[in-house]
Amino acid sequence: MSCCCENKSDLTLLADVLNEYKSVKGSLITILQHAQEIYGYLPEDVLRHIAEQTDIPVAKVLGVATFYTQFRFKPVGKYLIMLCQGTACHVNGSERIAAAIKEELGIEDGQTTDDGLFSIKHVACLGCCSLSPVMMINGDTYGNLTPDKAKQILRELKNEE
Amino acid sequence: MVKYMKIAVGQGSCGIAAGAGKVYKALSEQGLGSVLAKTGCIGMCFLEPIVDIYGDDGQLKRLVKVSEADAEKIARFVKEGDEEAIRSLEISCEDSEFLTKQTRIALRNCGIIDPENIDEYVARGGYSAIEKALDMTPEQVIETIKVSGLAGRGGAGFPTWFKWNAARQSVSDTKYIICNADEGDPGAFMDRAVIESDPHNLIEGMLIGAYAIGAKEAVVYVRAEYPLAIERLTKAIAQAKEKGYLGQNILGKGFSCEMRIKAGAGAFVCGEETALIESLEGQRGMPRLKPPFPAQSGYWNEPSNINNVETFANVAWIITNGGEAFAEMGTENGKGTKVFALTGKVKRGGLVEIPMGKTLRDVIFDIGGGMRSDKAFKAVQLGGPSGGCIPAALIDTVIDYKSLSATGAIMGSGGMVVMDESTCMVGMARFFLDFTTKESCGKCVHCRIGTKRMMEILDRICKGEGKQGDIELLEELCVSIKDGALCGLGQTAPNPVLTTIKYFRNEYEAHIEERKCPAGECVELISYSIDPEKCRGCSLCAKKCPVSAIDGVIKQPHKIDTEKCIKCGNCKAVCKFSAVVCE
Repeated sequence: MSCCCENKSDLTLLADVLNEYKSVKGSLITILQHAQEIYGYLPEDVLRHIAEQTDIPVAKVLGVATFYTQFRFKPVGKYLIMLCQGTACHVNGSERIAAAIKEELGIEDGQTTDDGLFSIKHVACLGCCSLSPVMMINGDTYGNLTPDKAKQILRELKNEE
Repeated sequence: MVKYMKIAVGQGSCGIAAGAGKVYKALSEQGLGSVLAKTGCIGMCFLEPIVDIYGDDGQLKRLVKVSEADAEKIARFVKEGDEEAIRSLEISCEDSEFLTKQTRIALRNCGIIDPENIDEYVARGGYSAIEKALDMTPEQVIETIKVSGLAGRGGAGFPTWFKWNAARQSVSDTKYIICNADEGDPGAFMDRAVIESDPHNLIEGMLIGAYAIGAKEAVVYVRAEYPLAIERLTKAIAQAKEKGYLGQNILGKGFSCEMRIKAGAGAFVCGEETALIESLEGQRGMPRLKPPFPAQSGYWNEPSNINNVETFANVAWIITNGGEAFAEMGTENGKGTKVFALTGKVKRGGLVEIPMGKTLRDVIFDIGGGMRSDKAFKAVQLGGPSGGCIPAALIDTVIDYKSLSATGAIMGSGGMVVMDESTCMVGMARFFLDFTTKESCGKCVHCRIGTKRMMEILDRICKGEGKQGDIELLEELCVSIKDGALCGLGQTAPNPVLTTIKYFRNEYEAHIEERKCPAGECVELISYSIDPEKCRGCSLCAKKCPVSAIDGVIKQPHKIDTEKCIKCGNCKAVCKFSAVVCE
């Protein structure tokens, strides 16, 4: 992981979660989920703090956190684009949507724009197969996408800023 | 005049994505009062948002593809009986056959009741099965399930009664019943629909299972990607507890069982039962060696029984109606019904529940209405990354465990993705291998590295860099991965490759030998050109080209600069004269 010099998270925000779960066995994933909800991602100092409080080695905390796709270790942009990679979306052209997003924003799976506005993540099936190809931006689903339509949606979000 | 008792807006995830939430809000602003209600997913995803209007004469008016702007028309119909107002929104006879040709057991309440209201579930006979089961002995419950022939709906098709019996026989004070709702197969959403639309049915099925094996604690492991399912199940558990169907001394019959939800964190391998247990214990989701089986030593090393959502969704019905009634449906090799998530290039996509013994043709053409475009049906993919592609020639294959396995595919959990001639089968195999490569937990060498090597080979074939012997090398890797992997993920990962080689070998050969993609999908192997005979010189394609690769004089045939062309296909899509050729 990167240098943690600037990594100063407010650890008190996590106190309630740790009090509730730290002595319940098998709760590491639950604690990590709550932590991500609080901080938006899992900063290194938070992971170390969780390890200390739960008496689980840091290596193990990291091992679990990096195993699951839900966990992030970098902050995400204001708008998180989740592009569905389900079979139906694949068959109906999700690759062309990914290309259109790259053309518009210059970012690929896992990246964030320099202005911190957009992040994109390729995700497993969102389950809206009949609307494929589909992307979800901050909880809102956009379906029946075409490359042009996807670009249009992103431009509108940009213009709102 | 007919009085309208209930106006129900379908609010499953895909309904909401299609705008059902906005429709509900618009309707609520029309002053329709208490008749306005929410329901789950009826399964006709292709017609969302859907509004059902129930009259006191027993008639149902189903309105489809409703928009916010239609709210006023619906209000006019409900208040003034103006049938004309909603005429254009009513479902067509053809589309309604999507439902009438199905037999619904697991989905029997979906889209009918309000999933957030326990009373509606009870009014349809809900929680009477647990009452009946508690008057039976656990052995009698297991016997009933045995008679029904119910088998695991998660994909493997293992007899449910056998697992229950094994867990029953294990001696321990603490046992667990666990529901696997980690529906990770890309292209499947049956389980999500059941939890979102009829959560009490799952709870009741699990309670009956808990009673049968002697468990006092039930855990539902739900994918984190299903927030609405988690929300509704949480509400349902609270309601069931309040009404005494869950918790201590259920229905005063001395049986106690608590239930909780555990949200997954995104790992396909956690659909494997021992990996799921590891994840429940807060570990990396890596499979354990079997035996011991979970029925002997599972969650916290106690006897545990794990079933899929759809399996549990059948249990209450079986207890109520008897094992024989369930076993009457289906074939020798598969009893009861199966739910499929029908998607892809099919005209009518959604949730389909049919008795086993029907054919793929019945589902894709009779219920699904055939292809969406005028292109020909090519293949259907069953079972996701663990399954395989069945070609058009085998469309009359009967749907049961044995018949589907004989094709090289599997029943799977229910994903059914329809493909037409524009889908490249090598590309399809690469898509699934890309998935399994990413999702392999890394424990077994053959799965971890073998899938990666297969992915690399498929990738180079799709790029036109395939070599002689690649197909044979793929086949060799398939065999060793199947043999060398500990769990179902690795053992079945080669299936998409094996079935596409088996049925579409010529497509692989065309990629390797002729450097051509017959489906016209692999970007590196295709090129676009304009047929000067057909081109009218309208210049629409030139306007739509994102890289200005098309040039020409108005009313004269245009030309594509293949050096500049990025093969996005925009020109082909916009040409009104079919002048753009893709080879």
